[in-house]
Amino acid sequence: MSTKNEIWQGTLALMILKTLDTLGPLHGYGIARRIEQISGDRLSLNYGTLYPSLLKLEQEGWIVSEWGVSENNRKARYYKLTRSGRKQLEREAKEWNQTTAIVARFFEPVGDQS
Amino acid sequence: MRQLRAWLMRFKGLFLKDARERELADELESHLQMHIDDNIRAGMSPQEARRVAVMKLGGVDQTKEAYRDRATIPFIESIVQDLRFTLRQLRKNPAFSVTATAMVAIGIGASVAIFAFVDAALIKPLPYHDPSRLLMVTETTPEIPRANLSYLDYLDWKKFNNVFDSLEVYNQRGYVLSTSAGMEMIQGGRVSDGFFRTLGVAPLLGRDFYAGEDLPEAPRTVILSYAAWQKRFGGKHDVIGQSLVLNEMPHTIVGVLPQSFHFAPVDAGEVWTTLHPGGPCDQRRSCHYLMGVGRLKDGLSIEAAQADVTRIAKDLEAQYPDSNRDQGAIVAPLSEQIVGDVKPILLLLLGGAGLLLLIACINVGSLLLVRSATRRRELSVRRALGATRARLIRQFVIEGLVIVVIGTAAGLVSSHWAMQILLGLIPEYMMGGMPYLNELGLNPRVLLFTAGVAGFAAVLFSLTPAFRLSTLDVREGMAEGSRGAAGRVWTRIGSKLVVLELTTAMVLLVGAGLLGKSFYRLLQVGTGFETDRLITMTVTAPRAPYVKDEDALALGRKVVDEVERLPGVTSVALVDVLPLSYNGNTDWIRFVGRAFNGEHNEVNQRGVSPDYFATLQARLLRGRTFTDAEDLNKPKVVVINQTLARKYYPGEDPIGQRFGGLDLDPKSIKEIIGVVDDIREGPLDSEIWPAYYFSFNQYPDNAFSVMVRTSQAEESLMPAVSDAITRIDPRINISHQTTMTHRVNNAPTVYLRRSATWLVGGFAAVALLLGVVGLYGVIAYSVSQRTREIGVRIALGAQRSMVYRLILKEAGALALAGIVIGAGCAVIAASLMRKLLFGTPPWDVTTLVSVAVVLGGSALLASFLPARRAASVDPISALRAE
Repeated sequence: MSTKNEIWQGTLALMILKTLDTLGPLHGYGIARRIEQISGDRLSLNYGTLYPSLLKLEQEGWIVSEWGVSENNRKARYYKLTRSGRKQLEREAKEWNQTTAIVARFFEPVGDQS
Repeated sequence: MRQLRAWLMRFKGLFLKDARERELADELESHLQMHIDDNIRAGMSPQEARRVAVMKLGGVDQTKEAYRDRATIPFIESIVQDLRFTLRQLRKNPAFSVTATAMVAIGIGASVAIFAFVDAALIKPLPYHDPSRLLMVTETTPEIPRANLSYLDYLDWKKFNNVFDSLEVYNQRGYVLSTSAGMEMIQGGRVSDGFFRTLGVAPLLGRDFYAGEDLPEAPRTVILSYAAWQKRFGGKHDVIGQSLVLNEMPHTIVGVLPQSFHFAPVDAGEVWTTLHPGGPCDQRRSCHYLMGVGRLKDGLSIEAAQADVTRIAKDLEAQYPDSNRDQGAIVAPLSEQIVGDVKPILLLLLGGAGLLLLIACINVGSLLLVRSATRRRELSVRRALGATRARLIRQFVIEGLVIVVIGTAAGLVSSHWAMQILLGLIPEYMMGGMPYLNELGLNPRVLLFTAGVAGFAAVLFSLTPAFRLSTLDVREGMAEGSRGAAGRVWTRIGSKLVVLELTTAMVLLVGAGLLGKSFYRLLQVGTGFETDRLITMTVTAPRAPYVKDEDALALGRKVVDEVERLPGVTSVALVDVLPLSYNGNTDWIRFVGRAFNGEHNEVNQRGVSPDYFATLQARLLRGRTFTDAEDLNKPKVVVINQTLARKYYPGEDPIGQRFGGLDLDPKSIKEIIGVVDDIREGPLDSEIWPAYYFSFNQYPDNAFSVMVRTSQAEESLMPAVSDAITRIDPRINISHQTTMTHRVNNAPTVYLRRSATWLVGGFAAVALLLGVVGLYGVIAYSVSQRTREIGVRIALGAQRSMVYRLILKEAGALALAGIVIGAGCAVIAASLMRKLLFGTPPWDVTTLVSVAVVLGGSALLASFLPARRAASVDPISALRAE
């Protein structure tokens, strides 16, 4: 249960960072919608779980936030990737690719080896 | 790094709670609004739009909760909550809070203040290089355990020892300092050349004495103490090379000592000169006046040093059987010589303060216990609502810590005050002998001690109620007014604690009682003379004009005449050493017409003017005292004390007998003309030594003490007496003006005992109060627990007197246990402090019985109140109440 949660937390953080990298400064609601869209609505998350993750990323210095005004003239808190956050994203993306590649090999058909 | 940063942010989050909560609320609100806008645009009704948005967010409160956990550190957050709760609880119960913290403050304040003294005197190293290698080295005789070295003996010890890197000597002496304002008497030390090098002390300014500077032919030089430099030269650097006239001889100032330097055996020394041997005393092995200090060679033990100097002393005894007979050797750590006198008293006080602290902690502990018993319901409810046991225990720990922290802070402040007050109570002349106390204060060692003591209290306070918690049964606790096993358990622990408290109180009370009795006994000691209305002062005339005996005698007679003429003066006498000063300044006597085999008959010798015995109102037992006409050229006569008569003339009439020096030199022969009742020459707690008194008129001197008996209040006459003496010769210096009563009351032995008695007495009084309050608490609690049982008993026909007996029996058993165990412990404790007792055995029955009566009586009084409450229980309401 807790391991799963940890993985989820890590993945969510990666998705947030990637979203901010792609779209530039964005508010929490926008990030949540974006993650849902990209996943093709296959990932249905409680938007609320996003905020503790955002706080954690901010505490670690990967992102910063400031209040701004949304496209619909609503007051909203905008999150922005920092330079160290971008580097972190690169590192994590690389690690992610490596991990998925390794895991993927385990699920490849084994026939051609013999 | 990142982790650390995140933790720091979370820590910061602890303090920015309100702003963050508001921001999060705003952010979530804006999130919802945007979502609702989108939903409406997608065609939902406003209500539907809002419902979906809230659902999708997943509950605002859960989000806030999760966010909060991440924003701060939940563990600390809850501790802060507990802390707030505790403070609220303490504010609601001011009587409990004030009592508990005050007890902790008293216990910690007292023990920290005393520990600071112990630290300054016994723990802080002396301000010398490697002080543990420094030894006091001197001669010892059968009569005087720590006698002095003669100069010639010192030279041999220095030459023949194999154990010291260096061996030096010093002696304290008064110097007459000539200033533009006249002559002043100051204290100083006379030392061998390597004295400061041996201690490992380098001068702040100028140079140390060079090797050979202590020889007769060397020029006269002086090193100043830092205080003297500041006081007499305003701390100016050009002081080096200037001249200082000491004892009418110019001395060149060659150095100034650092501020941190002190050397207690030379009391308040302002100037340090070299030995310059050359006087008649330095030629004689029997003239003992020096004290040695040696630096032990590396790797050698103090026992080896003792063996080595003993060997030298034996050799010298064989070589010089006349002068060195029975002259042994003794070495001891220098620190022991410096603080040896105050050590037992300080340790006693530390023990007393420790016991007081113990009793205070136990009392607070049992208060907390009672409180936890009365909070049983609250705890059960919290437990039932899901609080973990750890959380409840943490609540107690925090409560204990809060009391300890506040109490310790108050204790530290009060200990600072206590130190200042205690220091202020030490008379100046005693501070001279305890220079190390100048560095008294809340230094890191004292603070560490405070932390240790506070930690002990904190553990005690958090463990007691936590232990109590383990007996908590939720169901039972919740049941209204139930009296289950918990109450009984508490009473059982509580009564054990009370017995411990009463035991401690008993020990302190007995200690105070024994010290008080010793002190009383000390003051009852016979002095052999009348101490009331007696002025004493020291008169020092310049040597040159009075170097001839005739002139010194004329001066002495003139002083007596002039002072005697003053109104209010009854009689006047001169003496070289005032009574109640010390045993010493002795002579070795040999009796004319008796066999002699070289033994040293060591007796005190004192030079007195003819009216001395009359002025002191000493009792003449046989014969007569001196006449004024018996002076320089008349046959030498002496008066002896009763102890000398008993020891050396048992069953004989000493009048008319004669004795002299070891060689029976005709010039030394004296005839006994009278016997006086013993006059105490040493301190009150010392033994009476044999003594003889010779006449000042036959051996006059230019320095002496004057004793003036007055018919009115003596203080008021003091200036007139000084004026009358200085009118004779303005160059005369007068010092140490005081009264005999003052000398008796402030003699070091009296002073130390009195202060120890008062302090331990104070501790004991507080301990008695705390112990009795503790007993009251236990009995009152027990009565409240047994109200129903008592109600039943009364309803079944028990008499009120029987109820009284029931309660008093319970209290009596506790008090008796405390008194009996306490008496046993007290006797053991008292045997440990036997050295401090005087004329009182550790098992002194009167003290034990009277302390037991006081403690028992107070205990009875304390238990009478709850007993009366128990006896007045109304059976009907008691039964209905539950």
